[in-house]
Amino acid sequence: MTETPCEHCERMMQPFMDRILSVEEQAQAEAHLSECDWCAKRYRFEGQLRQYVRVAVSEPMPPELKEKLAALRTPLV
Amino acid sequence: MAGMAEEDSGGNALRIATNARDRVRFEEDALALSDQVYRVARHISDSREEAEDLVQETYARAFRSWRSFTPGTNLRAWLLRILTNLNIDRGRRKQRRPDTQPLEEGDYFLYNRLEEATGDGSNDEERVVERLSQDGIVGALSAVPHDFRDVLVLVDIGDFSYQDAANILDVPIGTVMSRLHRGRRILKRELAESTLGDGDD
Repeated sequence: MTETPCEHCERMMQPFMDRILSVEEQAQAEAHLSECDWCAKRYRFEGQLRQYVRVAVSEPMPPELKEKLAALRTPLV
Repeated sequence: MAGMAEEDSGGNALRIATNARDRVRFEEDALALSDQVYRVARHISDSREEAEDLVQETYARAFRSWRSFTPGTNLRAWLLRILTNLNIDRGRRKQRRPDTQPLEEGDYFLYNRLEEATGDGSNDEERVVERLSQDGIVGALSAVPHDFRDVLVLVDIGDFSYQDAANILDVPIGTVMSRLHRGRRILKRELAESTLGDGDD
């Protein structure tokens, strides 16, 4: 079974976003994205999703924990 | 003889002072990274309490063995290697079942499902991403099995390179890449389920 250009583009998405494609592969994906809005949307969504995940999980460290960590330091004599 | 002893104690004093200065600097550098260490800990463990314990143990161990850190190398990766080792030592992952559910759907899967559920297909991706909630993301991440989640958290949240993640977890880089790939897919599957419900409607 041959892969359609969009299927190929889908398979390239993670490595594309991780910037580990070769120069040729990168150029090939960019060329497809510039003319295929369907894939381009999905790539933009992936970028936003990664960003959103990063923000959603950024829970600040409890201040008491910070104090506990500082208390673990070797006392200066 | 007396002169030599004096010289010795002078050398010792200098050594002790240098030692103390290096140690203080190490401790300060390590503490400055604690927010980032906590963030990773929070999401590779299953609760806030576990994460706090883990971070405290990590810093206690790091402060004890600070001499084994090579200055100029990646301190954040060094701390997280201690942390992930402690986490494994605790044996938590033994209780986890491996993820055996098939994942044949591709990387567009989540978008396709969300777009389908959002309406007429003319949506832009901003509207689609808005369907996801913060709680949904946190919940979906915690549903990813540990082996995959560790890599996902280190790379996608902790911003570690594949190589750093491989060093931290002591696995080959190819394993990092395949677990990351699968971990992201599992996360999307969990997000689809929590956002749209379990039904395949």
